[in-house]
Amino acid sequence: MQFAWSYKTNYLNAVCNIFHQEGSWAEVVSGFEYDKAIDNGVAGSKIIFNGPNKSEEDLKKAIKNDSLIHIDHLEELYSLIFLAEELKKRPKVAIRVNMDTGIYPMWDRFGFNYENGQAWDALNKIMISKKLDLVGLHCHIGTFMLSPNAYAIAAFKLTDLAINIEKKYSHYIKYIDLGGGFASKNTLKGSFLPGIDTNPSIDEYAEVISSALINSALNPEHLPTLILESGRALIDDAGYLLGSVIANKRLSAGKRATILDFGVNLLFTSFWYEHKITPAQEFTHYSEDTVLYGPLCMNIDVIRENINLPLLNKGDQVVAHCVGAYNVTQWMQFITLRPKIVLIDLDEKVHIIKDNETNQTMVSLEKLPEHLKKIDLK
Amino acid sequence: MKIKKNIAISDSGFIFNPSTGESFTVNPIGVEIITLLKEDKVKEDIKKQILDKYQTEDIVFEKDYYDFVGMLNHYHLAETNEEEES
Repeated sequence: MQFAWSYKTNYLNAVCNIFHQEGSWAEVVSGFEYDKAIDNGVAGSKIIFNGPNKSEEDLKKAIKNDSLIHIDHLEELYSLIFLAEELKKRPKVAIRVNMDTGIYPMWDRFGFNYENGQAWDALNKIMISKKLDLVGLHCHIGTFMLSPNAYAIAAFKLTDLAINIEKKYSHYIKYIDLGGGFASKNTLKGSFLPGIDTNPSIDEYAEVISSALINSALNPEHLPTLILESGRALIDDAGYLLGSVIANKRLSAGKRATILDFGVNLLFTSFWYEHKITPAQEFTHYSEDTVLYGPLCMNIDVIRENINLPLLNKGDQVVAHCVGAYNVTQWMQFITLRPKIVLIDLDEKVHIIKDNETNQTMVSLEKLPEHLKKIDLK
Repeated sequence: MKIKKNIAISDSGFIFNPSTGESFTVNPIGVEIITLLKEDKVKEDIKKQILDKYQTEDIVFEKDYYDFVGMLNHYHLAETNEEEES
């Protein structure tokens, strides 16, 4: 069993290195993330390179570093065969397989389909080319998966491909990578009950995956390593966003509205989660249904459409919970600057791991044409 | 502003509007303010009474009173000008 830290979930170097210290490899989906992993000191052979957009330069780098390249489409497969000849080196590859696991919507835009034979076709192309070293099979069946059984179906389908490769080519697959998508304790919008009460635990996922692999037809003497690309399930619950109340107002229909100093610019995940928000100081036991707005001058800037909160006053502080995943990688620099991020270690010592942005941070890459440098505003 | 004559208010903060069948609850300060409004007290009297009794500031009273009275109007618990005139 091997974990690979999903960089796109949270690629603050301090966070990545916590997981690398714990033994996680790196799972990256772009050249930018690949270079970040290398800069963090991850050996090339412990970087899994996913994603549909790997440039020729990215692929060359990954081949030279013995990284595990997960092929997304035939263009990439043919590029790798070409580059293998050019570099006189056998790239270590897996294919990404998409499949029906009973989940809607089915993710079929990444990789090769299992049911219609695309995946088996791609595997044959790899084996027959003799230019590529087929080391693994990969899938990533969806995101925030609330049905653990889908992973059992995925494991069954990948092992079926591995067994067929073994039968036809006497070639053993070294690893099966079931990707990520495990749910955190957040609550998806539209859920009837809070995620903390209903989302599957890690134990439930582990049970179905290990049972599916043990009960498969795989030869126990040649069991592949199981790789998981967990991101959200490991970091979401560890992140908190601290903010404060700017103002209260009544909407036209009488509903209470509270404006906070953080919005969808910082809490991107509020587009799909009902984040738990709690006051950070003593509060009255009288509460009221409230809509929480962010500070942006945009109508879509809504943190919670409806939340029962004690009556907060201007300046009161609030905490948004479970914000560790997909916010510091997807947040927006829109009309304001992003705040610093601190890490609290096991000894409760506080470390700044990202500083406040400044105006200079934002304009440092801008260039002003000569004729626009002097303005004469009368 | 005045509270409609037919609105029933209990000591525990339960408010009933017999003309619409709607009921509401308010906190103890709300009961105090509604009771004063029912006694036809004007805003300045209510403000003095609340500021004398509770440790709060003028501006806090202003904001909360404005919000509370707005809600009374919103839920049609206060008399409109026409009703007051007739």
